[in-house]
Amino acid sequence: MKLDVLISGVGGQGILLCGKILGNYATRKGLDVKVSEVHGMAQRGGCVVTHVRMSQRVYSPLIHRGEADAILAFEPMEALRYMDFIREDGVVITAADRVLPISVAMGQGTYPEDIMERVHARCSRVLTVDGAALAKEAGSLMTLNIVLLGAFTAMLNLDREAMEAAVADSVKPQFVEMNRIAFGLGYGLV
Amino acid sequence: MILLGNEAVAHGARDAGARVVSSYPGTPSTEITETIAALGGLYAEWAANEKVAAEVAMGAAVAGARAMCCMKHVGLNVASEVLFTGAYSGINAGLVFVVADDPGMHSSQNEQDTRFYAMSAHVPILEPSTAQEAYDYIRLAFEMSEACDLPVILRMTTRIAHTRGIVAPREADHPELRPYEKRPDKYVMMPGFARPRKHAMMANLDKARAFAKERGINRVELGNKQGFLCAGGVYQYVKEAMPGASVYKVGMPYPLLEEEIKPFASGVETLYVVEELEPVMELQLNSFGLFPKGKDTFGKFGEYTAETVACAVKGVPVPEDTVSDLPGRPPVLCPGCPHRGAFTAIKRLKLNAFGDIGCYTLGAAAPLSAMDTTICMGASIGMAHGAALAQGEDMARKSVAVIGDSTFFHSGLDGLASACYNQSDITVLVLDNGTTGMTGHQDNPSTGMTLARQKVSPISIEETARAFGVKNIYIADPLNLPEMEQALRDALAAPGVSLVVARHKCVLIDGEKKPVYKVNPEVCIGCGVCLQSGCPALRKQDGKVSIEPTMCKGCNLCAHLCPTGAIEGGR
Repeated sequence: MKLDVLISGVGGQGILLCGKILGNYATRKGLDVKVSEVHGMAQRGGCVVTHVRMSQRVYSPLIHRGEADAILAFEPMEALRYMDFIREDGVVITAADRVLPISVAMGQGTYPEDIMERVHARCSRVLTVDGAALAKEAGSLMTLNIVLLGAFTAMLNLDREAMEAAVADSVKPQFVEMNRIAFGLGYGLV
Repeated sequence: MILLGNEAVAHGARDAGARVVSSYPGTPSTEITETIAALGGLYAEWAANEKVAAEVAMGAAVAGARAMCCMKHVGLNVASEVLFTGAYSGINAGLVFVVADDPGMHSSQNEQDTRFYAMSAHVPILEPSTAQEAYDYIRLAFEMSEACDLPVILRMTTRIAHTRGIVAPREADHPELRPYEKRPDKYVMMPGFARPRKHAMMANLDKARAFAKERGINRVELGNKQGFLCAGGVYQYVKEAMPGASVYKVGMPYPLLEEEIKPFASGVETLYVVEELEPVMELQLNSFGLFPKGKDTFGKFGEYTAETVACAVKGVPVPEDTVSDLPGRPPVLCPGCPHRGAFTAIKRLKLNAFGDIGCYTLGAAAPLSAMDTTICMGASIGMAHGAALAQGEDMARKSVAVIGDSTFFHSGLDGLASACYNQSDITVLVLDNGTTGMTGHQDNPSTGMTLARQKVSPISIEETARAFGVKNIYIADPLNLPEMEQALRDALAAPGVSLVVARHKCVLIDGEKKPVYKVNPEVCIGCGVCLQSGCPALRKQDGKVSIEPTMCKGCNLCAHLCPTGAIEGGR
C-alpha cells in the first residue's frame, strides 16, 4: 500500500495536527511514513502545506508533482494552488469555506470565482465539504480539520477504527469526544 | 516512536548522556531544545544569544559533561568565535553544535551553508538523512568529539528538522562526568599555546577521518554505472529519482574521505555530486582530482526535490507550476498584534525605521510598509547610528531603530552601548511583547521565566538602558495610538540616545478576551484608512469596510484610525 496525501490550508486551521494524525495512522498500519511540515508561519495567516507519505519504504519526504493520491484542503483556493500534485485518478477533499487573503480583504485583489471548476477540470473525484457548519455542529470551529479527515477516511476507504484511534491519540483528552463527533459527521458524508 | 527530526535529536542527545544544553531559538532548530526541556533528565536553557549558548556548552564540555548548543544557521555567525578557537583547544567531554540550515529560505534571511564553517574551522560535520539518523548521529557526534578532541557539528536542514519519521530508540548511554583538569596549555589560547594547538587540531581532524572510516559513517550502495555522492535530505531525493544508481551516501560532508571515494568514483561511468546550497563536497572532490557533475548540473539556488534531480540528470528543465495566478497569502501580523500599533505610528509620523528580526519584520510588508531594513539580529541600533552619521541631525530626528525584546537582549545591548558611548543622537524603539514571538513564544531575559518554567526576576529593558546612560526613556502602549505617537515625538525631539519601550503582550499569549468591534455601514465612507493598518480582520466589499467577528481581537486600533467614527464597540 502506498498513500501520498498533501494537506493544505491557511495557518491556524490545524494542518500540522492533521499530518501528525496521519503519521500515527501509518504506524498503526505498520507502514513507513514521513510527514513534512512547514513551521513558523502557522499562526500568521500564511499558506501551510504538509506532505504525508506512507508505504513500505519512503525516501523523499516531499510528494512528486502528479503523484498525490489525495489533496486534503481546508480552503478551496488552497486546494487549487496544489493541483499540480494530484494524480489523474486522485481524490480532492476540500472545505467549501473561503478564507480571504489580505490583498482580497483590502479590496486590491479578487477571490477567483471559478476555483471549483478549475479543480474539477483536473480531477474527477472531488468532495466539497461544508466544513465550518459541520465543525460548529460538532461543538467548535476548531474541529474543521477532523471533519475533513473523517470525509477523507471514508472517501479513500481507509481503516476507520485505526484513524479514530490516531485522532484520539493526538488531541487533548478533554477534546476527544468533540473530535469523535466531528470525525463521524465528516465520515457520514460519503 | 514517530518523531520530528528535531525531536529525534533531543531524544538522541538525552540517550547519549548529554548533561547540558544551551541554545537560542531559531527556525528550523527551536524544537530540539524545547523537546529536551520537556523530556527532562538533563539541563536545558535559553541563552541570551548563540555565542553565549556555545560558550556555556564549551564550558560544560571542558568541565567534563557532554554538552550541546543548538541554533539556526545564522546563529552560527554569532557563535562562530567559540567554534573556531574551540577547535584549537579541543574539549574534554563531547561538545556538539547542532546547526539547522534552511535551503529555500522558508523562514530565514539568507541561505548560508554551515558546512563551509566546518571546513573553515577544521571541525567534522555530520549530516543525517532521516529522523532515525538524527537520533543516531547525535550520539555518534558526541563519541566522535571525544575520540578526536574536537567540537563536532551536526547539520540539520529544514526538511530533516521538520519531517516526522519513525525512530527506534537505542539503549541509553550513561557516560561518567569526567574530572575537570587545569590545562592552560590546552585551554588558554594565547599565541604561544595556540601555535602548537593548531598542529594538534590538524592531527585531531585526521583522527576524525579515521573514526568516520572505522564507524562506517559513509556507505556505498552499489548499483548501475551512474554514481551519486550525496548527503542528508538530498540522499532521499537521489534514492527516489534514480532507483538503480550507485550511491556513496555521505554521513560526514566534511572532511570527505578520499580513500573511500576514489574507488567508488573509478567504479562508475558518470559521477554526480548532488548538494543543496554551496559546492562544499564538489570542491573537496576537485581537490582529490575528481571532477563530477555538480552545481552546474543541479543548480545553485534553493531546495532540491527528487524532481530536480531527475530532470537535471536527464538534462531537461523542471516543469513550471501551472497554477500560479492565485492571490498569494503572505504571512501577516496577527489580528490584535501590538506591533501593528507601533508601525501605524511610525508610518503616520513618516519615520525611517531601521529594523531587526522577529515577527515585527512583517511591519515591512504592505500595506504597513513601515520598516526600511532587516539585515541581522541586533543590526537596528548600529544601523540607525550609522545612518545618522551619514545624513546628520535631520536623519536622526526622523529615524528609529526598531527591535524586539528578545532581540534586544540577543545582540541589541552591544549596539546600544556603542551608540551611547559614541554620543549618538538616535531613538531606539523596543517592541516589548513579553515573548520571543516568531519562533513560537520562548521566554527570554526580560520575561521573568526560564525554559524550565522557573520564575525569575525579569531584566528590565528601561533600567538596562538607564545603566548605559540613556536619560530620555518613554513607555507607551502601542495599541493606544495617541500615547504611542506622543512617546515617539518626545523621544525623537530629545537629545542623545533616547528609548521608547512599546509595551503590550503578544496577542497570542494574552488571554484577555476583549469585546469585538463593528462597522456602522451608515457612517463608513469607505475611505480605507483603517485598511492601511493591514489587519486581517478588516475587509472591504461594495465600498464599505466590515470586521470579521471571529478574527477581531478588540484591539481598538481601527477605531482610533477611523476618521468618521464608524467603528464602534469594545470598551
